[in-house]
Amino acid sequence: MIPVPLIAVAGNPNAGKSALFNALTGARQKVGNYPGVTVERHVGKATLPDGSPVELVDLPGAYGLDPTSPDEAVTRDVLLGKQKGERLPQALLVVVDASNLDNHLRFALQLIDLGLPTVIALNMVDLAKRDGLELDAAKLEEELGVPVIETVAVRKRGMSEVMERLHTLLLAPRTIRAGEGPSHDPLHLQRRAREIAMAAIVSETPVRRITHRLDGLLLHPIAGPLILAAVLFVMFQAVFAWSVVPADALEAATLWLGQAIGNALPEGVFRSLIVDGIFAGVGAVIVFLPQILILFLFILVLESTGYMVRAAFIMDRLMSHAGLSGRAFIPLLSSFACAVPGIMATRTIDDPKDRLTTILVAPLMTCSARLPVYTLIIGAFIPATTVGLGIGLQGLVLFVLYLSGIVGALLAAIVLSKTAVKGGGGAFMMELPKYQLPRVADVLIGLWQRAMIFLKRAGTIILFTTIILWGLASFPQAGPGQKQSDVSIAGHVADGIHTVVAPIGFNKDISLALLPAMAAREVAVAAIGTVYSLDAEKESNLQTLEQRLAGRWSLATALAFLAWFVFAPQCISTIAVTRRETNGWKWPLFMISYLFVLAYAAAGITYWTAVAFGLG
Amino acid sequence: MTGTATSLDQLKLGMRARISSIDWAVLAESEACRLRHFGFDEGVAVQPLHLGPFGRDPLAVRVGRMTVAIRRAHARAVSVIPEAA
Repeated sequence: MIPVPLIAVAGNPNAGKSALFNALTGARQKVGNYPGVTVERHVGKATLPDGSPVELVDLPGAYGLDPTSPDEAVTRDVLLGKQKGERLPQALLVVVDASNLDNHLRFALQLIDLGLPTVIALNMVDLAKRDGLELDAAKLEEELGVPVIETVAVRKRGMSEVMERLHTLLLAPRTIRAGEGPSHDPLHLQRRAREIAMAAIVSETPVRRITHRLDGLLLHPIAGPLILAAVLFVMFQAVFAWSVVPADALEAATLWLGQAIGNALPEGVFRSLIVDGIFAGVGAVIVFLPQILILFLFILVLESTGYMVRAAFIMDRLMSHAGLSGRAFIPLLSSFACAVPGIMATRTIDDPKDRLTTILVAPLMTCSARLPVYTLIIGAFIPATTVGLGIGLQGLVLFVLYLSGIVGALLAAIVLSKTAVKGGGGAFMMELPKYQLPRVADVLIGLWQRAMIFLKRAGTIILFTTIILWGLASFPQAGPGQKQSDVSIAGHVADGIHTVVAPIGFNKDISLALLPAMAAREVAVAAIGTVYSLDAEKESNLQTLEQRLAGRWSLATALAFLAWFVFAPQCISTIAVTRRETNGWKWPLFMISYLFVLAYAAAGITYWTAVAFGLG
Repeated sequence: MTGTATSLDQLKLGMRARISSIDWAVLAESEACRLRHFGFDEGVAVQPLHLGPFGRDPLAVRVGRMTVAIRRAHARAVSVIPEAA
C-alpha cells in the first residue's frame, strides 16, 4: 500500500502555525513522540479537493535550519529526511506572519531552498491590516517563486485555497528528494528577506499597535507584577470554586452507582472487588476531572493569548536569582498541571545547566495529580468559612500550599545551581508575540488532549494499582473482631513504612497509601479510599471519604500529610521522563533522594509545630 | 541629526536607534545564533520598549518588526546610534 502523501507544516514560532494546522485538520489529529527524543509529534488528516486523504505533520516552530534547541533539530531532520519515525514530506506548507515578514521570510527562504514543493501561507493578514500594513501577495509570490496564499487561520480564511495549491503541487510529476540543509549564510538570507519584505509592502501607516498599548499596562513595572499575581490568584481560587458543583455531582453519582451495583451483586469477593476496588478507587479520582480541566483551561488561554511569555518576562530577573531563566517559568508553570509535560517543555531552554536545574525542581510545582490529595484533606479538615473579602479559607490554604511548592522550588534551584549543577546562569532570549484572542476550538482541542491523557492515566495505571492494592488489602481476610487493615498483606508492608514515618505524625493508613502513590500521586486518594471502605463494611456505608477521614486523623497529622505532598515523592512517570531527558539514571536518582529528604523534613516540622500548638 | 554611539542597554526607553555593530565574540555561540534569528544585524532599527520590573532587567526591544526580550548583559554587546527624535 502506498502511504498517503505527507505534508509538513513549518514556520517560525508565533506564526500561527498550530492554529492553521488545527483549521486544516480539525479534531482529526494525534499526538505522539518522535522515537529517541521527547519532541511531540502532531499529525492530522485532511482531505484534498478531489476527496483523497492526505496527512499533515505540524513541525515544532523554528527560526532556522541551524538548530539552537532539540525542537529545532527535529524540524531540520524531518525536512532533510533524516528524522527517525518520519518519512520525507512530499510537500511543504510554510506559515509566515504577515506582520513580521522581515523575520519570517528568512526561514521561509531557507525552506524554499530545500527544493520540496512549497506553498506559503501568508497568515494573520487581518492583524497586519489592523497594524496599518498593506501587503501585495502577488508581488511576494513573484519574488519567492512559489505560491503565496493569504490566510487567517483562526477564521479558516484561505484554507480551501491552500489545499487546492498543495493538491496541484502533489499532482505535478516530480521526484522528491531530500535537500542539503542550509546553504546560505544566515546574515545574507536575512538581508534578502528584508529586501523582499520591503518589495511586498504596499503601504505602511504608523498606528499605535494594540499589543504595544497592552504591554504598557501588563509589563508596567508596578502594575505588571500585580496583575500577574492577581491572574495566578484568580486561577487557583477558580480551580476550587468553579469545580465544586460538577465535582459534587460526579462524586454523588459514583457513590450511587457503586451502591446500586453492589446491592445487585451477591455478597463476596467479587462484589468487594467491584465496589471497594474499582468504584472506590477510580471513582475517587475521576471526581477531580473538573479541577484539572479548569486549571488547563487557564494555562491554555494564557498560552494562546501571548500572556505566558509576558509572565516569563516579568519573572526573569527573579528566576535569575534562583539560577534559572524566565524561560524556566513556562515549564515550571506547566508543571502545575503535570511535571511530565513541564519537564518536556524544558527543551526550549538553551542552556543545558539551566535546563537541568529546571528539570530537578519541576516536581516541586504542585501538579494537578496532587490536587485530589489537597482537596480531600482540605475538605475534611479545613472549615468552609471565609476570612473576609469573599476569600474562602479553603482556597487560601490551597494557595499557601501552591506557594510553598514555588518557594521550595526557588530555594532548591538556588542551592542546586551553586552545588550539584554549577555553572549555569544562561540566556533569556524570547520573542514577545502579538496579543491575540484565544480561539475556542483551539483551546477545546488542547483541553480534549489533556483530558484524554489524564483519563488514560486514571484508566490504566490507577485502575491497575488500585486493584493490586485491593488484593493486598483484602487478603488474608480478617476474622471476627479483627480489623481488615491490620491482618492484610498491605497492613504488614505498611507496618514497615510506618516505623519510618511515625515520628512525623503519619498513621498506618497513610503509610499504606505512600507506596502506591509512587505509581501516580492521585493514587494516594484512591488508596485511602480503598482502605477506609474495606474497614467501613460494618459501619455506615453512606459516609463520604471526607467524613470518615475527619473522624480518624488529627489536624496535626492532616497538615503534616499536606506538607509531605508539597515536596512529595514523585510519580513513576516523572522519574521516567527525567531519565529520558537527562539521558541516564544519575539525575533521576538524585532527584528522588533530595525530594524524599525535603518531604520528610517538611512533614516533620509541620507536625511537631502543630502538636506544640495543641493540634495533635 | 544622529546622536553619538552607545550600547543598546544604555538607550532610554522609547528612543529609536540603528545598530552600528554587534560584538559577536562576547556572546556564546547559541546566544549569537538566536540574536541573528531575531534579526539583529548592522543597520537594523531598534527601540527599547519595556524593562523587567525587578532590577530593570530584562529589556523588551523592538527589532525590525518584532519585539524580543533579552537580558541587559546581552544588550550591552549591541552598539547603536540613536536617531533624532
